[in-house]
Amino acid sequence: MADLGERILAGDIRAASRLIRNLEDGMPDTDLVMKEIFLRTGNSHVIGITGAPGAGKSTLTDELIAAFRKKDRSVGVMAVDPSSPFTGGAILGDRIRMMRHAEDKRVFVRSMASRGNMGGLSKAVGESIHVMDVLGQEVIIVETCGVGQQEVDIINHAHTVIVVLVPGMGDEVQALKAGLMEIADIFVINKADRDGAGKLYKEVLSVIEMSAKDRGENGGWTIPVLMVESVLEPHKFAESVAILGEKIEEHYRYLVDNQLIEERMRNKTAAELNEALWASIMQPVLQDLSAEGEFEDMVDLLMKRQIDPYTLAKEVATRYMKRRVLTVEGPSADQSK
Amino acid sequence: MFTADLLDKSSQLRRKWEDEVKRSVEKHADQKESWTTLSDMDIKRLYGPEDIKDMDFARDIGYPGQYPYLRGNQVTGYRGKYWTFRMFSGMSTAVETNLRWHYLLQAGQTGLSTAFDFPTLMGYDTDSPRAKGECGKCGVAIDTINDFQDLIKGIPLDKITTSMTINPPASVLWAMYIASAELQGVPLNKIGGTIQNDMLKEFIAQKTFMCPPDPSVKLISDTIEFGTHHVPKWNTISISGYHIREAGSTAVQELAFTLRDGMEYIEDATRRKGLHVDQFAQRLSFFFNAHIDFFEEIAKLRAARRIWARALKERYGAQDPRSLWMRFHTQTAGCSLTAQQPYNNVVRTAIEALAAVLGGTQSLHTNSLDEVFCLPSDSAVQIAIRTQQIIAEETGAANTIDPLAGSYFVEALTNKMEEAAWEYIHKIDDMGGMVKAIERGFPQMELSDAAYKFQRQIDSGEKTMVGINKYVEADEQTSIPIVDIDESIEEEQLRRLAAVKRSRDSRYVAQCLEDVRQVCKKGDNVMPAVIAAVKSHATVQEVCDVYREVYGEYRDPGIY
Amino acid sequence: MPRKLRVVIAKPGLDGHDRGAKVLARAFRDAGYEVIYTGCHQTPEMIAAVAIQEDVDLVALSCLSGAHRYLFPQVTKLLKDEGADDIVVMGGGIIPEQDHAALYEAGIAAIFGPGTPLDTITGWIDENVQPRE
Repeated sequence: MADLGERILAGDIRAASRLIRNLEDGMPDTDLVMKEIFLRTGNSHVIGITGAPGAGKSTLTDELIAAFRKKDRSVGVMAVDPSSPFTGGAILGDRIRMMRHAEDKRVFVRSMASRGNMGGLSKAVGESIHVMDVLGQEVIIVETCGVGQQEVDIINHAHTVIVVLVPGMGDEVQALKAGLMEIADIFVINKADRDGAGKLYKEVLSVIEMSAKDRGENGGWTIPVLMVESVLEPHKFAESVAILGEKIEEHYRYLVDNQLIEERMRNKTAAELNEALWASIMQPVLQDLSAEGEFEDMVDLLMKRQIDPYTLAKEVATRYMKRRVLTVEGPSADQSK
Repeated sequence: MFTADLLDKSSQLRRKWEDEVKRSVEKHADQKESWTTLSDMDIKRLYGPEDIKDMDFARDIGYPGQYPYLRGNQVTGYRGKYWTFRMFSGMSTAVETNLRWHYLLQAGQTGLSTAFDFPTLMGYDTDSPRAKGECGKCGVAIDTINDFQDLIKGIPLDKITTSMTINPPASVLWAMYIASAELQGVPLNKIGGTIQNDMLKEFIAQKTFMCPPDPSVKLISDTIEFGTHHVPKWNTISISGYHIREAGSTAVQELAFTLRDGMEYIEDATRRKGLHVDQFAQRLSFFFNAHIDFFEEIAKLRAARRIWARALKERYGAQDPRSLWMRFHTQTAGCSLTAQQPYNNVVRTAIEALAAVLGGTQSLHTNSLDEVFCLPSDSAVQIAIRTQQIIAEETGAANTIDPLAGSYFVEALTNKMEEAAWEYIHKIDDMGGMVKAIERGFPQMELSDAAYKFQRQIDSGEKTMVGINKYVEADEQTSIPIVDIDESIEEEQLRRLAAVKRSRDSRYVAQCLEDVRQVCKKGDNVMPAVIAAVKSHATVQEVCDVYREVYGEYRDPGIY
Repeated sequence: MPRKLRVVIAKPGLDGHDRGAKVLARAFRDAGYEVIYTGCHQTPEMIAAVAIQEDVDLVALSCLSGAHRYLFPQVTKLLKDEGADDIVVMGGGIIPEQDHAALYEAGIAAIFGPGTPLDTITGWIDENVQPRE
């Protein structure tokens, strides 16, 4: 595990992929490597692409890779697909649309299964973005599977969020979950050759206007709505995606110029701290409690309604706070542990 | 269809029969619970007049040579002419293939059919890095018109019809055929044959594609237009269901998607080229699969004829009766063959071929028993031809026209298949047509689902494949002679190709290719420019690269 | 937490018959593996690159055109060149018996022909392929 860090810093893609795998599988000791990696992060432009399944995100990503490569930028892609809730397996079918870049050494595409994390992007995804950052990928595209809360959670990981809509997928704007319209930095209407594209465009514009009035901020950045033609007209498609690429870079420059980068990443960083605290504090406590069956005993008491969970929790808290060196009050606490 | 009296009587007798069935089944249960076709259509224990009572004799059944042609296009049936015995073949090199063709013609084959190797099918030359290891493996390698000349040596193009199974580069191979005819001195209005040239089924099932759907369909309309004006005996398209079925579809899906593809081509040719349907409909031909569920296949083929006739008349306003005829070639199902106990395949092929004949096919290919492993050997292909000859001359199946007409079962099944097919057709209409449906992944997903379901049914034993999940031979030793394709074939072909490239006038070739490029950009008919290019010894890939450049390349969207 | 098996299913060469590959993808998902399906028309170079980038345990190759003699060994060779020959490679499709020995020599671990039940394949994998450390 230890040498993975060194190899990743040296640009070894296999080592990066292996570390990501260890993170996904929750292997112990990934902390050891992530410690070093964390300190070196912050160089990549992270782009989130989200939208309903079937919106054409992977095809867009594929063309975006080409657009960035034309400018000689190195690219990382995390393509997240849902795992089967029944079997735990998954078919990760995004990469198939990016195969033309398979031999490009400066493109690293990594398919990831959601593994049941529908409440948001998994911890592994967040950490893997750091890994790609440190590996040296200047642009990191995170493509989410467009289901559940993942779509919105992307805002905590990406500098630029692109929301992809498709005409004719049924009252999208009305049906959009709260939050999705608000996290977008750029809207893309994909497959814009289809019926209803014009109508969708107008709807999105009006929603942007309304929410801008509500929020008042974002005053500096006008959220653009870009139309992208069918991929079946390869030349036109490439052109419209090149324009998207320009807009993405424009957005990044806007964030940098207005010192907004830190603000964007604050939530993520706070979440990382949260998770690390949980791992350091809660996990060992829970492990202790499970070790001798104390946890189950407590559940038994609760089931019999002999006590309530709040009292129990306070007891545990007091016990552990006394045991560790965390007391705020005074030296009267037992500091033997 | 029947008198009230008859139906009444039948009803009485049926009830009596049903009661006895009930008693019998209580004592001795049926072997299994559900009895379905291969494609999971429920089949009743018995069919009677009630099952087809709503049919109108003249409207739905009629006579051969009469709308809606359920019983066939030809008034004389097979008595006038048997179906064409057309064995698909391609033996690595043009010279080898030519030898096999002469062998088959002598053995009694009456029409030629060409199988090409993968590089040719995909529009690549033998010297392309993509072609490494693929030369001649599953058909003949054609890079230039020189190869083509070897292929047809000694074959009188005005007497024999030739089918070429080629799709993205169909325009190029057809151009070579046309140029070769000109060199033989045969006028173009005398040559007959077919190019498969059906790109929609590639996007759905077979996956040999090159350019996106829209320009692919445009190139097809170009060939239809050119054929209409210059090569009137040529079938410029063989709208295929065979591959759709091989990719795992049900019989209904095969029927529906194929016919809907045909409708898409009609709509494009009429809209884009301003042709009237009667100008080209007679040259649209079809290609179906003959799978192992005997009656399902017969019903499918009969339904196909009726659906097509109705569609051409009512949807497309065809006036000429010949426009309403569905003419089709059939091939017995490759996916029904097993590597285990391969001699069983002779039996399967025979039954499938019989179904095709009872379904009224115009032309038939029977698979050889060793095709699960490799290109067929001489002895295996001979059995395949003999199968057709035995059916034609010994079984009496060709004595009378559409012998199963009037069968309660077969007519009921035919009706059911037609109904189910129209449902799919209308669904695809609602999506905006086949190109749009393909874009959405609809037919591809249907196929995938059906294929997976079938595999699960085999694995669970719900469906049987003899030799695979029942009547298995443990420790089976297969020792049938297998054709081995030597790696030296690729080296030889590379030498030939290099020699052509050295000796031709490369500036003239470049000029011809530039002409093709201009024609493509302008949207004109590509055929004249492509014919000139192949005559200049441009290679298949050189022309296809121009198509790729102008129209873009299509990539597998990976629908699983 | 038990480690998940990661597999690439690929069709090298020009053969587009993907019925088997797609059925296998679903079967593998149902068996609990994470499957990266790369579709048809892949070169051995692309397949090896993907196997490494995705850190897979197994590569499943499917070829029905007869070109396996060149394509399959090319994949194992490329993986070896990159120091990734710990990745297991298996093959399926139309592979005549007489070609098996040479393929095993070249590093193909198993060959599954037409008619093989899906359970046989996943059973073999569960026995013989482990998620790598």
